[in-house]
Amino acid sequence: MRILCCVKRVPAPGARINVTADGLAVDAAHLGFTTSPHEECGVEEAVQITERTGGEVTVLTLGPAEAAEQLRYAASVGAHHGVLIQTDGAAWDPERTAGALTSAIEALEESGGPFDLILFGNESADSGGFQVGVRVCYSLGRPIVNGIKGIEINGSTLRARREIDGGFEVYELAMPAALGVKEGINLPRYPTMRGRLASKKLAITTMEIDADAGGQALVRLHRPAETLSQTTILGHGPEAAPAVVDVLEELGVL
Amino acid sequence: MLLVVLEHDRGTLGEAGREALTFGRTLAAKMDVEMHAAVIGAGAPEAAGPDGIAAEAGNHGAARVYTVDGEVLSDFGPEAWGESIAQVTNLLGPSAVLTCGSERGNEVVAQAAVRLDAPMVANCTDITPPGGDGAEWSMTRVQWGGSLLEDATLSAAGPALLSCALHTVASSPVKPAPSATPPVQSIDVDLPPELARTVVKERVVLEAGVTLPTAPVVVGGGRGVGSAEGFAPLEELAELLGGRVGCSRAVTNNGWRPHSDQVGQTGTRIAPEIYIASGISGAIQHWVGAMGSKHILAVNIDPEANMVVKADWAVIGDLHQVIPAISAEIRRRWS
Ligand SMILES: Cc1cc2nc3c(=O)[nH]c(=O)nc-3n(C[C@H](O)[C@H](O)[C@H](O)COP(=O)(O)OP(=O)(O)OC[C@H]3O[C@@H](n4cnc5c(N)ncnc54)[C@H](O)[C@@H]3O)c2cc1C
Ligand SMILES: Nc1ncnc2c1ncn2[C@@H]1O[C@H](COP(=O)(O)O)[C@@H](O)[C@H]1O
Repeated sequence: MRILCCVKRVPAPGARINVTADGLAVDAAHLGFTTSPHEECGVEEAVQITERTGGEVTVLTLGPAEAAEQLRYAASVGAHHGVLIQTDGAAWDPERTAGALTSAIEALEESGGPFDLILFGNESADSGGFQVGVRVCYSLGRPIVNGIKGIEINGSTLRARREIDGGFEVYELAMPAALGVKEGINLPRYPTMRGRLASKKLAITTMEIDADAGGQALVRLHRPAETLSQTTILGHGPEAAPAVVDVLEELGVL
Repeated sequence: MLLVVLEHDRGTLGEAGREALTFGRTLAAKMDVEMHAAVIGAGAPEAAGPDGIAAEAGNHGAARVYTVDGEVLSDFGPEAWGESIAQVTNLLGPSAVLTCGSERGNEVVAQAAVRLDAPMVANCTDITPPGGDGAEWSMTRVQWGGSLLEDATLSAAGPALLSCALHTVASSPVKPAPSATPPVQSIDVDLPPELARTVVKERVVLEAGVTLPTAPVVVGGGRGVGSAEGFAPLEELAELLGGRVGCSRAVTNNGWRPHSDQVGQTGTRIAPEIYIASGISGAIQHWVGAMGSKHILAVNIDPEANMVVKADWAVIGDLHQVIPAISAEIRRRWS
């Protein structure tokens, strides 16, 4: 199987998210970066599938040169190829992102043959536009279902599970196909020392691709109003238990 | 006209659908247009009937209801729904199409947008239509699962495709209630049979019970719990209180609890009467899943932890001692 995973590099903020003075980005001066969590699970899923059935995993990202770090991380947990569509790092709107990813995928399929499965995240962790995968797949003429938390492969058919209230539903897609996956589909492994070393040698294919800007434009990021609460300290250590139970009684949850 | 696409499950309108109508009503007023509603899918005409979705849509402000049904709409299918919305939009020419920003809502409006070659803005909390000069739409939308807001603009040659973030408004009917059910009109769409490729094949119903999103009490544990076994006292307390155990991503990443217990941006949003958060620092991505709790009690060794600072009550101390002591105190009062 040839599997492609589309991943996005995002900052990893702590207790709160700070915004740059111009309001156009998350202030990442003191932050690390990571792969958007749903997509990290997409990579793990792809690696697990190829471990079972053979094949290769390619990871594709659109972002600044530093996004190579996320491609190397993917390689350290088992991905085989990394492709970077390099930008100057400014946020791209969803239509532009989808346009560039589509061109890149077309080029990769032209040279290497079609991908049987393309995995997206259900939504990117930062901008959360809920649409890039859908747009790319429509352009490629490929089916996609989002919200997937389980994949089974039977020959050339995918059985995909999606959680709904009180149960789950199952989709059956003939490959080539695409899925938008969610965290929880698996537990991503940590890189091994060997994986880390191997990933340093990963040859990253860099592409320069642009696409037309779409209709959505970022004006300014800001934090939602915080409701500051006065915390009442009920006590220290186990001696606080009676005060806690008083609170529970007051709330009527006992 | 503003067209609201109603999320329903096999003919039952859900809270997300009522929220979209409530949000849409305000937007339609700002746009100075009528709000209409569309019901897509299996049995839509029957479901929309005078006692069904149409009446409810009317009660929430829809002036007219359209139904769309067809072979490939036997159950939910993102492509078939998206194609239906695109065709209805081309036929009726609304100035905007709105859904609720649920998982399905965002998916189908994206499917419609790409078919209409139109931009789409997901999870808006506030929307201002273009002024008289035909300028752009402007909106506020959520990023990072609600940790951050984005002011954005949308310039669209055709209709604006939008979703409103879940729980931005509480659903409410119009007052006084309209005197009659809105007219219902069935719309013919031409759906290629191959769209059946992404229609639900099968449904599996799991045993019902107290679920994390609806639990009246959630006892949460974070990295501070230290191990899978360390959750036993939290389980015990949750059971005593008729609640459920929740956890942070540090816990699921360590394999101590299943992901279905995770609270936060990439987990579950909880809304209990009280969330007892122990050994959790309160990172923003955890907080956005917990902030719907009516009350929060933090148990942490660190009095400066974000969870402690944001909580209503806190106990400073080792959760391995504090949690069992709470259970013991409950038992003592009960005996
Ligand atoms: C895009 C993205 C999405 C994310 N989504 C989620 C999400 O959905 N949910 C989520 O939870 N996280 C999420 N995270 C991760 C998040 O940023 C934090 O890393 C995580 O929530 C930390 O978990 P924690 O509070 O258990 O661990 P820590 O931050 O390590 O905190 C442990 C806390 O336990 C306290 N403690 C230690 N020992 C004890 C003891 N014996 N008794 C009492 N207290 C003790 C410490 O003082 C500390 O406050 C996401 C991150 C990213 C980048
Ligand atoms: N810059 C990017 N590079 C690679 N993949 C992306 C990028 N942006 C979005 N995607 C993919 O598209 C999915 C949906 O993104 P979004 O529409 O932003 O919510 C993500 O989960 C990724 O799989």
